[in-house]
Amino acid sequence: MAAISAPAKEGTNYERYRARKRAMRAHTWAEIKKHRTLYLFLAPFAIVFTAFVLAPVVISIILSFTYFNVLELPRFVGFQNYLNLFLADDVFLIALRNTMILAVITGPIGYMSAFLFAWFINELPRFVRAFVTLVFYAPTITGAAFMVWGFIFTGDAFGYLNANLLRLGIIQEPVLWLVNPAYMMPVIIIVVLWMSLGAGFLAFIAGLSTIDEALYEAGLVDGVKNRWQELWFITLPNMQGMLMFGAVMAITASFAVGQVTQDLAGFPSTDYAVHTVVNHLIDYGAIRFEMGYASAIATILFLAMIYAKILVGKFISKIGQ
Amino acid sequence: MVKAIRQGNRTAVKRRARISRAVRKPNRSIGGDIFIWFLLIIFGAFFAFPLVFAINNAFKPLNELFIWPPRLFVINPTMGNFQDLFILMSRSWVTFSRYIFNTVFITAVGTVGHLMVASMGAYAISKYNFPGSKFFFGLVITTLMFSGFVTAIPNFLIIASLGWIDTYWAIIIPAFAMPLGFFLLKQFIDTVPMSLVESAKIDGASEWTIYSRIIMPLVKPAMLTAMIFSVQALWNNPQANLIYTEQLKTLPFALGQIMGSPHVPNIARAGTGAAATLIMIIVPILLFIVAQSNILKTMANSGIKE
Repeated sequence: MAAISAPAKEGTNYERYRARKRAMRAHTWAEIKKHRTLYLFLAPFAIVFTAFVLAPVVISIILSFTYFNVLELPRFVGFQNYLNLFLADDVFLIALRNTMILAVITGPIGYMSAFLFAWFINELPRFVRAFVTLVFYAPTITGAAFMVWGFIFTGDAFGYLNANLLRLGIIQEPVLWLVNPAYMMPVIIIVVLWMSLGAGFLAFIAGLSTIDEALYEAGLVDGVKNRWQELWFITLPNMQGMLMFGAVMAITASFAVGQVTQDLAGFPSTDYAVHTVVNHLIDYGAIRFEMGYASAIATILFLAMIYAKILVGKFISKIGQ
Repeated sequence: MVKAIRQGNRTAVKRRARISRAVRKPNRSIGGDIFIWFLLIIFGAFFAFPLVFAINNAFKPLNELFIWPPRLFVINPTMGNFQDLFILMSRSWVTFSRYIFNTVFITAVGTVGHLMVASMGAYAISKYNFPGSKFFFGLVITTLMFSGFVTAIPNFLIIASLGWIDTYWAIIIPAFAMPLGFFLLKQFIDTVPMSLVESAKIDGASEWTIYSRIIMPLVKPAMLTAMIFSVQALWNNPQANLIYTEQLKTLPFALGQIMGSPHVPNIARAGTGAAATLIMIIVPILLFIVAQSNILKTMANSGIKE
């Protein structure tokens, strides 16, 4: 800090500003030199990350300002893609609305249930816990497991749900669960919620095991009366790191719904009833080969997720107060 | 000192484990326990469905797969689907063991590399504040939120310009930098008190010793969880767009050819497909159970009193 607070005493404002800048640069350089071992620690990850994760993202954002059909070189078009999205593309607005509905409903419910189930499971004995965790994580570990919902909600009489409702006499003819716009959104919401115990859930399971047992004993002395108070005053404040991780996972999962709607409800779905932003993106990126436009869609989705993350971050910092 | 801390931890873990077995946890009402067991059983049935479905379908004879009304549970279990699958495998142009080797190799090397590279980086970022550290971490979290569909083309171009197309490295090296594992490990290393690192330093431990002997054992649950994420991503990854040579292709790709795509299922081989699905998920599941049963109390904070 001494290096920063020693600018030249004389001279004009501009000279003083330059001197301070120089001092700061020298200070930063000294800091970098002091921590050079740490840069070596970070270097392998940083290099691979920059090449294979960061660079493709940056290139995509740049492409969002171009017209790019994958065959010819990209042509710069400024904000035209973004203007078209909001002013000329009705389907995008439908997709945006559907994605927001899905995110607002499945995000918070999925997040909270992931934590609650992890918390319940955490108290089970060792091998029982491993097995129960497997059962709850099954929708994620079995890959495209949501396809089994396709068998359940099949629109003809062979679908599990239709077959059983017919047998019980509740319905007289098979219901087109995945084709009739009236039923599609609720069905997709159920499937997405069912898939919501993913990475965040496992992080919670691991995180609960790192909380010091002594804190609970101290809490008991301080008058914590039941498990819910223990949860709010001890467990949650000590898990803020994992809660943030889980929140980011919940946001990425709930905003990026697309595979499920496409495989279950078809592409495009009837009346675009469950057409999401990601479906719209796939439409332009993989079918029409308008990568510039698709990149603009991805960038909008990206900004929405970042905004959601900031909101959730504010909420998480208030826990336990 | 380093040894003493770890030794101290181990005895503390054992002592605590004994206590928790002997005494009922405080603040737990019996009514609450029953309520939670009830919830776990109800929702467990809901979540276990794909597993039960996959297991039962693999043992169903063809006529039961298309029975009306459809049944979840198998009536006359048969090994026929597996026999068909093995016959198909033995007749494939590339020996099936080659596909298995490719997948195991990619998954193992990718996961080990990812865990090492990500945990070292996460340690540096979590425990120290140096120029660029906060900014870099922000970048890692942010990129998690960008859709993978549009980055596929830039990603392909980068891998192609490195000349890695049609090699294992096209899949293995990018897997090292999975932001998910890095983020998870960083959040866990944050919970290890800095005083533990400082006291080891006073005793003359190098950064490498602190990282490998103190930090890593304390974040074992996070390492196991990151391992699950990485294995899951690599094991199920067909990556047909990056590898063309048939001999280098992976198990999910080979089995996918037997099963057909979700949109054009191979009806005649529905039973074989069900058997293939079960074989495909059995390895991640076994690994998952081993990893999960090793997630135990780590006592990151009990080695030292502040």
